[in-house]
Amino acid sequence: MKKPGPLRLTGIALLHVLLFLPSILFLVLTVAGGVLTVLTIGIPLLLVSLPTLHWITDRHREMAAEILGSPVPANRLPTTGAPLIQRLQIWARDPMTWRELAWVLVSPISFVLSLLTVVLLLVVVTGAFWWYGAPHIMRARATIDRILLSQGHTEKLEKRVVDLTESRAASVDHSAAELRRIERDLHDGAQARLVALGMSLGMAEDLFARDPEAALQLVTEARDTTGAALGDLRDVVRGIHPPVLADRGLIGAVQALALDMAVPVMVTADLPGRPPAPVESATYFAIAECLANIGKHAAADHAWITLGWTHGVLAAEVGDDGRGGADVDRGTGMRGVMRRLGAFDGTMRVSSPDLGPTIITLEVPCVLSLPRTMPSSGTA
Amino acid sequence: MRLVVAEDNALLRDGLIRLLKANDCTVVAAVDNAPELTAALAGTEADGAVLDVRMPPTFTDEGLKAAIAVRAQRPGFPVMVLSQYVEQLYARELLASGQGAVGYLLKDRVANVGEFVEGVRRVVGGGTVIDLEVIATIMARHRQEPIDRLSAREREVLALMAEGRSNQAIAAALFVSEKAVAKHTNSIFTKLDLPVAEDDNRRVRAVLAFLRV
Repeated sequence: MKKPGPLRLTGIALLHVLLFLPSILFLVLTVAGGVLTVLTIGIPLLLVSLPTLHWITDRHREMAAEILGSPVPANRLPTTGAPLIQRLQIWARDPMTWRELAWVLVSPISFVLSLLTVVLLLVVVTGAFWWYGAPHIMRARATIDRILLSQGHTEKLEKRVVDLTESRAASVDHSAAELRRIERDLHDGAQARLVALGMSLGMAEDLFARDPEAALQLVTEARDTTGAALGDLRDVVRGIHPPVLADRGLIGAVQALALDMAVPVMVTADLPGRPPAPVESATYFAIAECLANIGKHAAADHAWITLGWTHGVLAAEVGDDGRGGADVDRGTGMRGVMRRLGAFDGTMRVSSPDLGPTIITLEVPCVLSLPRTMPSSGTA
Repeated sequence: MRLVVAEDNALLRDGLIRLLKANDCTVVAAVDNAPELTAALAGTEADGAVLDVRMPPTFTDEGLKAAIAVRAQRPGFPVMVLSQYVEQLYARELLASGQGAVGYLLKDRVANVGEFVEGVRRVVGGGTVIDLEVIATIMARHRQEPIDRLSAREREVLALMAEGRSNQAIAAALFVSEKAVAKHTNSIFTKLDLPVAEDDNRRVRAVLAFLRV
């Protein structure tokens, strides 16, 4: 992000100065409202003053984010859909509300900093101080805002623990379901066929002396059964870890997927190394699911896949020019994909307006290992 | 036929050797890894090689790489590549050099001994034998390409041709006369703009067009 120049910083400082009095006013109103809740008239007061304070602090977060070049998220507890009275309870419980009130209490200090920036410019003779000083002063001001208006270390860790507990439970569920599926596939497929094979051969053994013709017939059947059993096993193996992924890594495996599609799929991929095997596998199955959906629902003429890695994040985009309107919550496949990616802090975004195009973006933070694979692109 | 066999699983290797010997083939060398295969191919006068894709040292696709490497040195050297699974990607890589004399089959197909040995013969004779599974995914495509100029029947004939079947076998599979098949193949050659050449060469080129390599 481009750093704002001294003039822009002074503009921000002016906004700070202008918002100072309203923030003090609404702090007073909030405190008054809080005290008066016992008399119920405080409730409507709070319902006005707190959202206004939220608005004011959000503007300050945006300004601090612009000055510091990194986001300052609010991370309030969600209140959407809750009735008004319940919202008040949520706000009262939310540590962020108390942080914001504390921020207003401290704001006279930061107000002085912003005012100084504006004054240095207005008193023309101090122009040199302004030119060199403004960035430093405003950085200091923004840092104070950030410390008070974003979550503390402990809160961040608590949030992280909650997220990890959820994603761990989901991935345990997912692997348990996968194991059950594999067990069922083997039981109904290859195992059953091997039993049939044994029976055919046993009968052939019995018949061999008496009726060689019939025995030959049974042996031929047995051979066909081995073929079918091998086919079943191949399907199971593909579902666990596709051999082409083991052989060629993510790029090669995705190219192989693209080739097998009925519609042409353009693959553009450049990875400076190989992602860890579990990430590779999760990403591969995610892309496979996206492609399967394109084949089943999209009625597309063309599709494309881009694979890349920047700033420690493996990103894949799967797009098609089909009819759009894809709904993630409708299919179980996509939910499985999200759970699997979630285990690696991966995310999935879907953009699918009616009439298309559908673009699915998958992102997984990971470290790549050498050696380097060659960049490649081509239409399958 | 003098063949080199490369397969790391001892049971399968012995089975293959037994099966080939029983069908009038001579196995001049049998190896179980890629480096030895390269040495065997350099040191012996073989008419072709039957290779497993996955072999030591890395157990990924060294059989395939060895096949491509040997054909880079000796263009058109016949190779029959066997694998537990088939990928269109690999079929295209094998055929990318534009020459025939390539076979690419699932190991399951070996169970049908007669057809398998016939396939090896075709490959050694310069033909192309591609597995049914690869053919099936290609047939499922609907794209704008020269192949789309063919009629449904002609596509069927071409698919069987890619599997390595002779006109006689194609006629039997489709329940038509051999003459009708010859008519279809000529029409395929014309529609795919294949230059006039001997029949074998044109068949290989038609299969390459089918795989779009």
